[in-house]
Amino acid sequence: MSAPHTASLPSAPPPAPPAGTAPGPVPEAAPGDVRTDDVEPAASERPAASDFRAALRSAGVIWLGIFVLGIGFGVLVTAHGLPWWLAPVISATVFAGSVEFVLIGLIAAGAPLAGIALTTFLMNSRHLFYGLSYPLHRIRSRWGRLYAIFSLCDEAFAILSSRDPRTLTGGRMIWTHVGMHAGWATGAVLGGLTGATLLSGVEGLDFILTALFIVLAVDAYLSRPDPLTAVLAGVSAVVAILLVPGSMLPVAMAVFLATLVARFAIASRRSRRA
Amino acid sequence: MPSPGYIVAVIAIAVGITFVLRLTPFLAAPKLRDSAAMTAVSRWMPLGIVVILAVYGLSTIDFSAPGHGVPALSGAAATVLVHVWRRNAVLSIVAGTAVCLVLANLVF
Repeated sequence: MSAPHTASLPSAPPPAPPAGTAPGPVPEAAPGDVRTDDVEPAASERPAASDFRAALRSAGVIWLGIFVLGIGFGVLVTAHGLPWWLAPVISATVFAGSVEFVLIGLIAAGAPLAGIALTTFLMNSRHLFYGLSYPLHRIRSRWGRLYAIFSLCDEAFAILSSRDPRTLTGGRMIWTHVGMHAGWATGAVLGGLTGATLLSGVEGLDFILTALFIVLAVDAYLSRPDPLTAVLAGVSAVVAILLVPGSMLPVAMAVFLATLVARFAIASRRSRRA
Repeated sequence: MPSPGYIVAVIAIAVGITFVLRLTPFLAAPKLRDSAAMTAVSRWMPLGIVVILAVYGLSTIDFSAPGHGVPALSGAAATVLVHVWRRNAVLSIVAGTAVCLVLANLVF
């Protein structure tokens, strides 16, 4: 269970808003996504069952991987002498894998709240970049959007934003999130209750998530080969590992974003000259 | 065990900060979305982020473990090869993880 970042899942009992329904009374929550004019091809009319199957096909393996990591998280909680139920409570509410692993150590040590706030902010600041290209406009209901934002973990971002948004339905996206959230929380229950006995002797299961990211990177590259972007991202990642081995993700993403801004500036200056 | 009040405060802080971080770009994006810079950046972003996540995953490999990282690196190579070959995400993940598991548990 080394993989700290695993992303977590959103809050506890996921209300599982079925795709195109649920205009709840929560207007202010509207994530401000403006692209409501998008055409939503009959997708929203499909039965929820097929949305679920589509999510299962594309994300089922990831749900399983997250479930296994959740077990690791639950084991860690009891190993720190904390009550087992803290595992599902934290995994369901914070739902941001990597920081949860760190939080457990901080709670056990009784760390000051300011330190906990700073740690959470630094480790999760990578999420500032996810909303820039996540296809939130494919989800119609406010509750659904709110839930998607709440549960926007690394895996959900990676799987959903790498696809052509037109092939996604809101229901499928929500199910993808719910499966991850549920897998993480139920894994935490199991790990918390069984302690170190189950599966924890199997080395290498957390590789599933690394494999997922590799697959997504290969896919994204093959579908639109862009060597410069890949190299900029790879170099940003390596630089971040060398600079701050403990929290490379937000640093890598910030460095990468800076290189993209520079790249855009250079490109537009060139085209202006031409 | 820490006091219930402390635990509730920790969870509230972690949930609040995480949610605000996730929400912020959606609130900012509409204003930015029409700009040429934003369009360009969001076109490059998904590939770059998954590359960073992949490098991150590889960086968590424990080279001091008995296999010295060989199981995970072999799994990574298998994942790439199977994926380029079949372009089936589930198959690639299962194949790569299987290679890693077999090497880590049965060989080393």
